[in-house]
Amino acid sequence: MSDPWDQNAALPPFGLLAEFKTVDELVDAANKVKTEGYKQTDAYSPYPVEGLTDALGHSLWLLPLVVLGGGLAGGLGGYMLQWFTSVYSYPLIVADRPFHSWPAFFPVTFECTILGASLSAVFGMFALNRLPMPYHPVFNVESFDKASRDRFFLCIRSIDPKYDAVETRKFLESLGPCEVQEVPE
Amino acid sequence: MATVSPLREAKEGEIIAPGHTFGSVTDKISDIVQNDTIAIGWLASLAFAFMMLNILAISAAYLLYRGLGIWGINVPVSWGFAIVNFVWWIGIGHAGTLISAILLLLRQRWRTSINRFAEAMTLFAVACAGMFPLLHMGRPYFAYWLMPYPNTFGLWPQWRSPLVWDVFAVSTYATVSLLFWFVGLVPDLATLRDRATNKWTQTIFGLLAMGWRGSAIHWQRYEVAYGLLAALATPLVVSVHTVVSFDFAAGIVPGWHTTIFPPYFVAGAIYSGFAMVLTLAIPVRQVYNIKDFITTTHLDYMARIMLTTGLIVAYGYGIEAFMAWYSANKFEVAVMQNRFTGVIRWEYYMLILCNVLVPQLLWFKYVRTTPSVLFVISLIVNLGMWLERYVIVIGSLTRDNLPSSWGRYSGTIWDWGIYLGTIGLFLTLLLIFLRVLPMISIFEMKTLLPEAHPHGHGHDTKNHGHQESVK
Repeated sequence: MSDPWDQNAALPPFGLLAEFKTVDELVDAANKVKTEGYKQTDAYSPYPVEGLTDALGHSLWLLPLVVLGGGLAGGLGGYMLQWFTSVYSYPLIVADRPFHSWPAFFPVTFECTILGASLSAVFGMFALNRLPMPYHPVFNVESFDKASRDRFFLCIRSIDPKYDAVETRKFLESLGPCEVQEVPE
Repeated sequence: MATVSPLREAKEGEIIAPGHTFGSVTDKISDIVQNDTIAIGWLASLAFAFMMLNILAISAAYLLYRGLGIWGINVPVSWGFAIVNFVWWIGIGHAGTLISAILLLLRQRWRTSINRFAEAMTLFAVACAGMFPLLHMGRPYFAYWLMPYPNTFGLWPQWRSPLVWDVFAVSTYATVSLLFWFVGLVPDLATLRDRATNKWTQTIFGLLAMGWRGSAIHWQRYEVAYGLLAALATPLVVSVHTVVSFDFAAGIVPGWHTTIFPPYFVAGAIYSGFAMVLTLAIPVRQVYNIKDFITTTHLDYMARIMLTTGLIVAYGYGIEAFMAWYSANKFEVAVMQNRFTGVIRWEYYMLILCNVLVPQLLWFKYVRTTPSVLFVISLIVNLGMWLERYVIVIGSLTRDNLPSSWGRYSGTIWDWGIYLGTIGLFLTLLLIFLRVLPMISIFEMKTLLPEAHPHGHGHDTKNHGHQESVK
């Protein structure tokens, strides 16, 4: 039994990282990884590749709902602010308009809707992506610098139930990568 | 600096010169930022811009010391240069959002080479615009009164006033433009971080990139967020100049109280914005030798948008005159007579020359694809759009409904100082931006390359079999 408090004991690796030269090879490999039954996977590319998350079998649906919620909250908040201040907190007769002069409240309501939706789009995206995260194990792989340049990577994590240090490496090597490397944790 | 050269120059209709690879695109754009030399030309331009920025500092400091009396404003013209400049700068900003958001939704792929740059222009233009309402307040230290916050007076903003709408529109616009720009930058900051050889730049870009690693899952959410931001920014940009025009149209001053104002202001904003993009892009592509990314095709397309929006603006001028006559409202007629034959006529003739006549040259392909000619036209349009706002503001306020409230107006040296100073602020920010951040979106440029798309375009058949095998 290994001692869980042993600082010098080697951690299990984060996973295996395969490097590809072209996007076609990456998408091809992603499809095969999914068919093989791996779930804890991710791919890395220098630009967004259409359909890559589908190829890996990840379904992501939460963000649009977050943005919808943010927009509704912004719009309702903006309108309620105007209603509260004009009707309840400090009713003021201006040019004989009703206190609740709703047509005049539209521009600010609109702007608050846009603001709420935009803030939730940006911060929602970063939060769901768990960013900022300055450290990530994949950065330990030296050639990973090229993931932001011209190389494509595919990672199978060690927490995947199908993961096996030898078998998974063999499988990844069969997909035609230029290199397969272990990602230290 | 590593020299990266494409195979040949871009031909007509090509939005990137052939021969580029993922690596060469990365190197060419990042090398402008990541090199140890400081170009003399850049330094000289920055020194000049910084000198102009100091004119702003001096003019603003003296304004705060002495008060608004140093400006040319008085009764009846209490909205002088400040409002003219505010509308001019805000309008310039609109092209950036149009390029980044509306052209994205319309899938105009040529926008990719100019969107980062144009968004930066938007941010800096909005920063310049924002100076004017604050300085015009007389008591800028009470600027926070514009915002709704609980206070001991129990007072709130007047929600029925277009000026309050303007505060919300412009501040939302500034915030969303900043978010849009920053989100677009994050993957490129990661590229710069990974290329950095120096500990300092690596740390700074690393902090700003927030650990972006190009994960497919991240990219998917990123694209959703970016697309939604574009869809949100599109109505926003239209609303901003609409609300700016409400500042005028909701008043009962003759010449302002018209329904043509919102669409005519929005078109004018895009018109002046594209003129400014061209004014900046033409020298920048020359100096930084990025004609393979910002090709003459780009200049041609931008010139076409300028021509289109210019014609809408010309239509607006025509309708203003027509409606004055057709309404038989003698005050409206008097405003038009004042423009045609009155004290404001020279400004009006110049505006027609700059905004309506000269841009007709853009019908010719030669003009649209010759950078030097286009550059001159863009400067003329910038001037014309400033004159348009001058004629609208000063023309109407000096000739109000009652002859007893007629007056005169001219800007003082301090008015000009602040105006020139904001140009200095704009140029200073822009020059710093060009040097420290990638002026063209690196990751989006990569998507323009033929090898960027899996299985697309029929040029690659060897991998087509796999999809059936998966199913």
